[in-house]
Amino acid sequence: MISALRRGSPGRTHRALRDPAADHAIITAMTDILTFTDRGIYCPAGDFYIDPWRPVDRALITHAHSDHARPGMGSYLATDGTAPVMKHRLGNIRVDTVTYGSETQIGDARVSFHPAGHVPGSAQIRVEVKGQVWVVSGDYKTVADGLSTPFAPVKCHAFITECTFGLPVFSWTPQAILTGQINDWWAANAAAGRTSILGTYALGKAQRLLRLLNPDIGPILTHAAIENTNEVIRNQGVTLPQTIRVTAETNAKNHPGALVLATPSAVDSTWARRFGPASTAFASGWMALRGVRRRRAADRGFIVSDHADWDGLNMAIKATGATKIFATHGYTATFRRWLCEQGYDAHVGSTDYQGEGFDNPKEIEE
Amino acid sequence: MKDFAALFAHIDESTKTTVKIAALADYFGTAPLDDRLWTIALFTGRRPKRTITATRLREWAAEVANLPDWLFAESYSIVGDLAETIALVLPPPTQTTEIPLSHWINYIKYLSTLDDAARKTGILQAWDSLPTTQRFLFTKLLTGGFRIGVSAKLITRALAQSTGQPEPRLAHKLMGNWTPDTATWDSLIVADDPTADLSRPYPFYLAYQLDSLDDLGQPDDWNAERKWDGIRGQLIIRGGEQHLWSRGEDLMTDRFPELARLRDDLPDGTVIDGEILAYKDEKPLSFNALQKRIGRKTVPGKLLVDAPAILMAYDILEHDGQDIRALPFTDRRKLLKTLTDQSPEGAPLRLSASLAFANWDDLRNARAQSRAVGAEGLMLKRRKSPYLAGRKRGDWWKWKIDPLTIDAVLIYAQAGHGRRANLFTDYTFAVRDGENFVPFTKAYSGLTDAEFREITAWVRKNTLQRFGPVRQVPPVHVFEIAFEGLQPSPRHKSGVALRFPRMLRWRRDKPVHEANTLADLQEMLATFG
Ligand SMILES: [Zn+2]
Ligand SMILES: [Zn+2]
Repeated sequence: MISALRRGSPGRTHRALRDPAADHAIITAMTDILTFTDRGIYCPAGDFYIDPWRPVDRALITHAHSDHARPGMGSYLATDGTAPVMKHRLGNIRVDTVTYGSETQIGDARVSFHPAGHVPGSAQIRVEVKGQVWVVSGDYKTVADGLSTPFAPVKCHAFITECTFGLPVFSWTPQAILTGQINDWWAANAAAGRTSILGTYALGKAQRLLRLLNPDIGPILTHAAIENTNEVIRNQGVTLPQTIRVTAETNAKNHPGALVLATPSAVDSTWARRFGPASTAFASGWMALRGVRRRRAADRGFIVSDHADWDGLNMAIKATGATKIFATHGYTATFRRWLCEQGYDAHVGSTDYQGEGFDNPKEIEE
Repeated sequence: MKDFAALFAHIDESTKTTVKIAALADYFGTAPLDDRLWTIALFTGRRPKRTITATRLREWAAEVANLPDWLFAESYSIVGDLAETIALVLPPPTQTTEIPLSHWINYIKYLSTLDDAARKTGILQAWDSLPTTQRFLFTKLLTGGFRIGVSAKLITRALAQSTGQPEPRLAHKLMGNWTPDTATWDSLIVADDPTADLSRPYPFYLAYQLDSLDDLGQPDDWNAERKWDGIRGQLIIRGGEQHLWSRGEDLMTDRFPELARLRDDLPDGTVIDGEILAYKDEKPLSFNALQKRIGRKTVPGKLLVDAPAILMAYDILEHDGQDIRALPFTDRRKLLKTLTDQSPEGAPLRLSASLAFANWDDLRNARAQSRAVGAEGLMLKRRKSPYLAGRKRGDWWKWKIDPLTIDAVLIYAQAGHGRRANLFTDYTFAVRDGENFVPFTKAYSGLTDAEFREITAWVRKNTLQRFGPVRQVPPVHVFEIAFEGLQPSPRHKSGVALRFPRMLRWRRDKPVHEANTLADLQEMLATFG
């Protein structure tokens, strides 16, 4: 099943030829189980990359979002929950799959995938080399969303964490309250004869929201990009409410009181005009900020994210027991300083993942 | 406060005017009377006195949220608003309360009578009993700044919808000196007499910029005069008192003491719309001369001599105590002319002259002389037009001269705030001086969002040096900067200060060596300063 991932790369052969004096230096360096390179997060002991952003031979993928799962890798290893969407998005690629918790030996590294609670199939990747354990979080959130397998903390020595929302101003609306807000908004629009157009990411957030919606209020229509992902997710055995795909023939008059799930960029495009009088909304963590809410110019902003909020990040880090922390995407410098003051040996990990700043929040919160 | 917070959220989040007006109208029909009055007051810039410094609030919020000061500061710089930052970082409330808006305002007034420790306890208690939006609004009230995107026009329309009164009448009622402490909902909105308050101004009539002379019809239908470059003002002589209002509803009476004698020079029951100008030897001085007097509560004697002010009269709104705004412009003009003609020698009052013209070409020529006579363009008014309220199309047009422009090089960029947080939108521009670049102005507006995004990405990749939030970038991009005037300024490295600088366009076609020089700028100063 993982035949592609065997030891014996050119690098390894080269290392075997080194003289013993040089080996000492290598053993010291080996305490860094993972390193940040210009291609991705690299594991020398197993000669593989985690979520690489440039083509490499062996890629271990935390989840199927486009900034973490990119095309052009020689081979992919991901969870069985991630693989279908990844194949759907990247086309004809070679993917080996593992289940949560099962261990795999790759070179000198022992690797296992653990639930990250971010989107269906998303994983943290645990790498153990000679008793040293490092964990790459990928993207994660700590609260259960009713869709993804909930986040499970993994004990480790070093934790590479995302911090997309690593500022104390971010605190998410509890899911029960959020559910009420969205359904109330939809019901009020339906009563007033308006279509409700809700902008959200196609993978993860869209399905999470679908499961919160009350289908008694009206029909649910979906943008093609979202419906394609729905199909893949449904095929994995996840139950979603009935949805109607929006096509060129779709006539709003036939769907009074509808809620339309759209990709963020479709919300204020000509595509959305076919629904007539409408109230628009975005579902995103950035909606916590009034300035962004106003810049996006929708009628409503629902504060919901598949990333951890400030308290979530701090709790997750504490639960790993790690003393060494690397912060990646988001407010990395700020978050690092905060962690240092909390007594961690904290660093910034330089990556190419999206989610920094909010110049274009609608596209980059993956 | 819950209702007010819901109203605020509605207005703040919606982009549709109809939705905002409906929400306001609904609120004006249902909220407690004192809350309605306070809502009008807050949305028209009348706010409770500031009771506490921003520094104290920051300290207390950081303490409650258990955050180091630097992290609070960093959060604040991303959010761009102190009250919002505080509302977001505080832990969720443990108490609940259902106190209406006006009571919260009284609570804030009460807090101002307490010592620091008691005030802190009071504020922390409030924070702990309010959910995020209400907490944000409460803190906004504390810090005193209360600007949200509601124009006076929107308030007036919503009130009209809710009370059935005509908009112009309501607009008039909302003008002037009142505060929620001196007025009630009944006295301000329900009562029928907007002139009950002797100091109350009329809403200003404002013009749009003229698109094309072609739409105006016959030249005979129009009166043309200079558009003077001063401060638009409304002079009110009633009950033996004199009041001078700015367009922004600031009372300026005490800033221009030399106009006080108009109380004697003009008959009682007179209201004149005009332009306050610094004026000497029967000629207007440049706006720079007047500017020295803006922002001063008292005027030193030397300024009164160097830059004496007059009122250049445009129009008359009240005559013999009668509101005459409905009369045709020509008739009002006759009354105004009689008054100015009869005013005694030395009165600081002039009639803005009508320009003689036989055809539109004459007017084009007159406009071209604007800078030479110290005006910023022409005003065209239809001879039979009434004096309307607010900015209206059709009868009045301003025909401003084109701004001065200069091609400058971008050298520093800084991120904006709030809406524009994390976009580099605040730029410093330089002119060339040999091999050097001399900074001479900042500008913040005038580009499209797409252009700001493009420049932001470029700044990120091309930062040479950081000075705190400011980034130095290579001098490669040229922008056309427009401005209304310039004056010598020893505080600026370049020796000049621009008036109303903004970016007219990004000159992608221009290489840096074609940007303007310091010598060009000095020449402009000599010609137009
Ligand atoms: Zn993601
Ligand atoms: Zn990500």
